[in-house]
Amino acid sequence: MALIEVDHLQKTYGTDDAQTPALRGVSFQIAAGEFVAIMGPSGSGKSTLLHILGFLDRPTGGSYRFDGRHADSFSDDELAQLRNQTMGFVFQAFNLLPRTTVLENVCLPLRYSQLPEREWRSRAERALTRVGLGHRLHHTPAQLSGGEQQRAAIARALVLDPKVLFADEPTGNLDSVSGRAVMLLLRELHAEQGHTIILITHETATAEHAERVLAFRDGRLERDERLAQSRRADQFTK
Amino acid sequence: MRLRHQFIAAIHALRANTVRSLLTILGIVIGITAIMLVMAVGRGAQDLILDQVRGFGAETIIIEPGREPKGPSDFVEVFTDSLKERDLAALADAARVPGVTDVVPLVAQVTTAAFGNETYRVQLRGAGPAILEVLRLTLASGVPLTEDDVRRRAAVAIIGDDVREQLFGQQDPIGQRIRMKNVSFRVVGVLERKGESGIVPVDHMVLVPYSTAQEYLLGITHVHAILVRAVSEQVVPRVKRDVEITLRELHRISDPEKDDFHVMTQVDIVQRIGIISTILTVLLTSIAAISLVVGGIGIMNIMLVAVAERTREIGLRKALGARRRDILGQFLFESVTLTAVGGIMGVAIGASLAFLAAVIFRATVSPNWAFTFPISAVVLGVGVSGVLGVVFGLAPARKAAAMSPMEALRNE
Repeated sequence: MALIEVDHLQKTYGTDDAQTPALRGVSFQIAAGEFVAIMGPSGSGKSTLLHILGFLDRPTGGSYRFDGRHADSFSDDELAQLRNQTMGFVFQAFNLLPRTTVLENVCLPLRYSQLPEREWRSRAERALTRVGLGHRLHHTPAQLSGGEQQRAAIARALVLDPKVLFADEPTGNLDSVSGRAVMLLLRELHAEQGHTIILITHETATAEHAERVLAFRDGRLERDERLAQSRRADQFTK
Repeated sequence: MRLRHQFIAAIHALRANTVRSLLTILGIVIGITAIMLVMAVGRGAQDLILDQVRGFGAETIIIEPGREPKGPSDFVEVFTDSLKERDLAALADAARVPGVTDVVPLVAQVTTAAFGNETYRVQLRGAGPAILEVLRLTLASGVPLTEDDVRRRAAVAIIGDDVREQLFGQQDPIGQRIRMKNVSFRVVGVLERKGESGIVPVDHMVLVPYSTAQEYLLGITHVHAILVRAVSEQVVPRVKRDVEITLRELHRISDPEKDDFHVMTQVDIVQRIGIISTILTVLLTSIAAISLVVGGIGIMNIMLVAVAERTREIGLRKALGARRRDILGQFLFESVTLTAVGGIMGVAIGASLAFLAAVIFRATVSPNWAFTFPISAVVLGVGVSGVLGVVFGLAPARKAAAMSPMEALRNE
């Protein structure tokens, strides 16, 4: 069974008078353990799709099943719990809380979880060590480089062992060197721990780190292609 | 999210804007400070006055000219001359008013007493001989006034201890002559020192026969008040009624509404002081309440600003799993922390000012002024400010909780 099943998904913004369709009925499936890039120019509907897949927004038509469950059947608070327990988010702008240490930032999802408090610190430290920030626990985001901030954000996304990791233009605010380092980290997480990763990007070069590319244009799925190992960016070896 | 973390997060958020937070709670601080002052100083004043009235004796009733003051304009009528000599005789008549031991007329004026080159502002009291028993005064030396002194309009005086000290120093005043308004009085007695307590300024007093004061010092034929002492506290209500009937008959008054005198018992005085202090308390508390409401609106305003500023943070928290009640709780906790800090500051400042006021009043008004700061005031101050935080923080917190995670995150 696929982790994500999307069937004729539609999303229309606006009122009855002025309707702006963002998704015009898209269907696809993503299995657990896949590393998928959702690609397309701005206005193609890829961000809208991410919001719906990440339970941040609801579709106006079609169906979305996550891990066998219909998104429609949950209340807003239940969706919040599901996001907390099963999904991790990495944003273009990092979205770390300022004036708050890296460790506390990574603890943020734990505060909304059922985990006992005594486990918080060890979990957060483990996640930060995993992304190579074990030595920066008590720094504030302002004291870190852009690449380090995004790695802290990835640690925050991983801290509750989510079923899927959503990364929305994770390299958009980074220079090419740290951008590439972040992509390599995501690939490493996928390859070594089998994390399911859904990457949103408008750059072909970034998308080519994934195993599979879903290309969108004008709210429609234009192309669904598996990348041969040879075509993937930066032959990944460890 | 757990309470401790809510609290830490709230302190953290408020410290990020320390100056703004402090300015915001200023209205709350002022309001709570005002309430604390009203409660502490008002209570102190009431305690002091009640203490003084009690010193007067529950078996004594006071008759004053003019209608009973019911509003500010009625106090003007105090200066009427309706109480005269013949009223005294009637009140002393056991057939009209039984159960009375003493009837003491009283006239009063502030004047200057002189001995040799020394002068001193004194509280002149013209009274009958029984004044010492009625006011529970004792003589340190000398003899009391007599009925004979009253009849003869004798120029004799009993002086308070401060008067003795200022005019005579180490000399023995008995038999010496002091002058008031060019009339020479022979000192026949000195009052025991009382200290500054009671509505009667014992130590600054010069007591003379009321008839002497009326004729030589004031040039009047009426009296300023009549003190009537009953045999016991139990008969006071009946004596009061008999006094009223007697005076109405003498003054030919049929409608009690048109009384040209009023009778006060200790209970009446306590009640009246209670009413005055209640009016003051209500007035000042209303001002404090207005300040608190204005302060609360300030809190609401700044919380709305905070919610707008932190749209991204709210979106992030929701994306990471915060439910409506988590966000609602977070912002409510913040506003309550804000107002509670204001409340605690208000209580502390109010207590300090009340203490300062007590020190000043002790030096100027009375050494018996007590600094009281009821624990109920602390509870009220912190409680009220906490409630304000909930009331005025609710709308902004609900606004934050209702934000869609996607809309909030999209906000740049």
